[in-house]
Amino acid sequence: MDKDLVIIGGGPAGLAAAIAAKEAGVSDLLILERDNKLGGILNQCIHNGFGLHTFKEELTGPEYAARFIDKALKLEIPYKLETMVIDISKDGEYKLVSYMNREEGLVVVRAKAVILCMGCRERSRGALNIPGYRPAGIYTAGTAQRYVNIEGRMPGKEVVILGSGDIGLIMARRMTFEGAKVKLVAELMPYSGGLKRNIAQCLNDFDIPLLLSHTVVDIKGKERVEAVVIAKVDENSKPVPGTEEEIKCDTLLLSCGLIPENELSNALGVVMNRVTGGPLVNESLETDIEGVFACGNVLHVHDLVDYVSEESAQAGKKAAEYLKAKEGKCSCSESGNKAEASIKINAVDGVRYTVPSVIRLSRMEDRQTVRFRVGAVYKKAAIQVLAGDKEIMNLKKAALAPGEMEQVILQKSVLEALPDLTEVTIRVKTD
Amino acid sequence: MTETKEFTCIRCPLGCNVVATLDDGKIVSITGNTCPRGAEYVTNELTDPRRIVTSLVKVTGGERSVVPVKTKTDIPKGKIFECLEELKKVTVSAPVTIGDVVLANVCDTGVDIVATANIE
Amino acid sequence: MQDIIIIGAGVTGCAIARELSRYELDVCVIEKSSDVCEGTSKANSGIVHAGYDAKPGSLKAKLNVRGNEMMEQLSKDLDFPFKRNGSLVLCFDAKDKGQLERLLEQGRQNGVKDLRIITGDEARKIEPELSDEVCFALYAPTGGIVCPFNLTIALAENAAVNGVKFHLDTEVIGVSKENDGYLVKTSKGDFKSRIVVNASGVYAAKIHNLVSDEKINIVPRKGEYCLFDKTVGGLVSSTIFQLPTKYGKGVLVTPTVHGNLLVGPNAVDIDDFEGVNTTAEGLSDILKRGGLSVKQLPTRQIITSFAGLRAHEDKGDFVIGEAKDAPGFFDAAGIESPGLSCAPAIGEYMADMIVEKYPAKRKENFVSKRKGIPSMALASPEEKKKLIEENHLYANVVCRCELVTEGEIVDSIKRPLGATTLDGVKRRTRAGMGRCQAGFCSPKTVEILARELGVDEGEITKNNKGSEFIVGKIKEL
Repeated sequence: MDKDLVIIGGGPAGLAAAIAAKEAGVSDLLILERDNKLGGILNQCIHNGFGLHTFKEELTGPEYAARFIDKALKLEIPYKLETMVIDISKDGEYKLVSYMNREEGLVVVRAKAVILCMGCRERSRGALNIPGYRPAGIYTAGTAQRYVNIEGRMPGKEVVILGSGDIGLIMARRMTFEGAKVKLVAELMPYSGGLKRNIAQCLNDFDIPLLLSHTVVDIKGKERVEAVVIAKVDENSKPVPGTEEEIKCDTLLLSCGLIPENELSNALGVVMNRVTGGPLVNESLETDIEGVFACGNVLHVHDLVDYVSEESAQAGKKAAEYLKAKEGKCSCSESGNKAEASIKINAVDGVRYTVPSVIRLSRMEDRQTVRFRVGAVYKKAAIQVLAGDKEIMNLKKAALAPGEMEQVILQKSVLEALPDLTEVTIRVKTD
Repeated sequence: MTETKEFTCIRCPLGCNVVATLDDGKIVSITGNTCPRGAEYVTNELTDPRRIVTSLVKVTGGERSVVPVKTKTDIPKGKIFECLEELKKVTVSAPVTIGDVVLANVCDTGVDIVATANIE
Repeated sequence: MQDIIIIGAGVTGCAIARELSRYELDVCVIEKSSDVCEGTSKANSGIVHAGYDAKPGSLKAKLNVRGNEMMEQLSKDLDFPFKRNGSLVLCFDAKDKGQLERLLEQGRQNGVKDLRIITGDEARKIEPELSDEVCFALYAPTGGIVCPFNLTIALAENAAVNGVKFHLDTEVIGVSKENDGYLVKTSKGDFKSRIVVNASGVYAAKIHNLVSDEKINIVPRKGEYCLFDKTVGGLVSSTIFQLPTKYGKGVLVTPTVHGNLLVGPNAVDIDDFEGVNTTAEGLSDILKRGGLSVKQLPTRQIITSFAGLRAHEDKGDFVIGEAKDAPGFFDAAGIESPGLSCAPAIGEYMADMIVEKYPAKRKENFVSKRKGIPSMALASPEEKKKLIEENHLYANVVCRCELVTEGEIVDSIKRPLGATTLDGVKRRTRAGMGRCQAGFCSPKTVEILARELGVDEGEITKNNKGSEFIVGKIKEL
């Protein structure tokens, strides 16, 4: 089978990318989704708070997803459900996407372009290397969320949550609503990894304590969790002896970070960013492999789905432009991407990474959003953008935190006005 | 007597730290909010705190055994658990469409509980 | 009245069961856990040792070399993964070279083939990631790696197909001598047999001492491990041991037969016979000591850690044979390292010993081969297509990290001695063994288990009773 564009994943990223590509004129496209519904993880995020940015109203996850699904259906975008992509490889200018499903078995699609929208996974107990027994009752917050909100099953009654990522905070309230007792949330860092409003409305509203600079140092219970031991940690995140406290519970939920799911990208040989765990991309959200784009949580973990949608729409639009260029002009003028003049974006002084990390002026839109995260908590700081040595932006920020993604918007006209510009630097400026 | 109270506004992901200054229980000033919703939120928190409640109700005859629901608008914060108790008693039959009222006027709040997903 | 009761369905019990199933004997296995391979057999290094470690003349030495020889053919007959990847014992100080020579000599006496001492540079040619501190190494090309779950399950399934009955979830609470044999009291009623085989791992001394006055003593010796993601499984290709260093007895770094990287174990004697908890000190200790072998351990790639208990008998060797004062009561006790390597040989040795004293006829219709669950992850595209043609469930991926399909999971449940728990499915198919550690697939696997077993999802356990995943339905708390 041949396709102009294959979109891997039918969650918020895949849907927004597909819609944008279709609207930009790509008609021969296909979404491959591993679950039995479009919408991805949004289907289990039944809480509200989605869509303020995109739709100017507060929606729940399934409602937000439905808006995009309805649009994709209206645009007659083809998709396959319960379909797992097991490999992507290069074949000359094409990409071979191998997928499996019950109806068709193993199929290889030859695609001109691919958008990676596989999302992310949660850091597991094993990756955290928490000592103790290995009983039932230890779940990542997202797995528990699936049990409760999709399967209608309760994974436990007395809960301790490790990690104050948003899913953990949301699950604290969710489990409370379903009659469970959430005893506390322990966070290794001296600050929360989640949004402030989730601490207010998911923990404070229900008097659930948030213990900063605490971690779980032991898990007790041979068959089912019976208790966990928490302890304070020092500035190096090492448990402080003598501060241990045993908390009786039957469930430990983990909300300790998300990891972009790039196994397919790695197999394809895409160059990755060590900080984000996602591919390195240019202004078109195109990876180092021509015609392979990435967006959403597979690219870098977002806090807000609205920004996933926005980013993914850009990837869809740029993939459409790429396909048009391939079709329209002789391939020789278009394939030499890498030789093109480009501006590198440096992330320094507290800025951990940027997406994109390189901009080709010729392909840049008038306004280019650059997203990033900082590595620590800052009060009364500024985000400074330098073009070469020249300051082109200085945005005052009351607070910056690793848990909240930041962005700056670069104007093409400003960059164009600076001849021979090769580097833009984004940094945190403190006084 | 003057006192100040701090709030994290939950109206949008910014989560502004909003400070209300009260004199004898009356709001004198509100600072720290980025937009008018922050002031509105804090005013409500001091007089009539309200929340949107999201949860599930049971479904029969559908592809799934539960459907997510929400209060169509916010309800008094003090009625959250009463509302959740009411939801335990509700069972709807598939198909369910987003926006379907699964329980009208929950706990006499004047607010309906509506489905937030489609269940076939 | 049974002919033979085997207590314990670990790798030793299952190997003995399989060997005994060659004979016209009425054999059953009694196991306290919900599945086979739930004790010592499930948490170890997965190493098929070459055989230079044990004292010449010991049972360990004899059975290790024999077990190593048998493993390759057995892996073909019973269709479980085994790889002869070779092993190295590292020496970090030229002064210690004598210790390598002693091992070499011991190995030769034990009959280990192709052993030789190589220089640090030669070792680094074989393993480029080895530490620059390595000055000499003992190279044993016959060393291998095996999947302990698959080995045990394959032996058990094959024994079951050949008529051995397995009573799982059945705990032995007493063994006593009766006129014509033994009475074995269990949590599920009384069993009687002419012969009892004690293969009960860390509990083997307790069982032995019920019927014999020649007491033995077994101490559970804990070993902790860290398992790393497959992306770093190629850090080393051989199994890397160490001579004891100034930090204590060495820990190993090895690829697993499935392509992960494994580091461990330490050795801590404990009192708790079920004490398989890991500790912060233990994990940091093995990472520190294991890290000496290589240039750098990719600790960010750890996907899980676990601990296992070795059944260490005071005298240091296996205790295998008929108890002197209890005719018909056979021990396979003190089976610690290299017990996994020895298992096939212990089975053979024990069966020979039993039928020599209690003669039995060989079965004419013994089924010597077993076909494992086909693996979609390992299948070529053509094989994948064929499997899917035969059963479309092989196209429905459930575990994305290890590429395990619904077809494999259903197969693992429906086959002889099939999986009834999440861990049972995991050990038979690898669903949930990967980097997300069952985060994504466990709800689906629970659903498939419930459907295939005809029970409610709430009844599905991780392993033993009491390890249920779900505590109820929503709106019902």
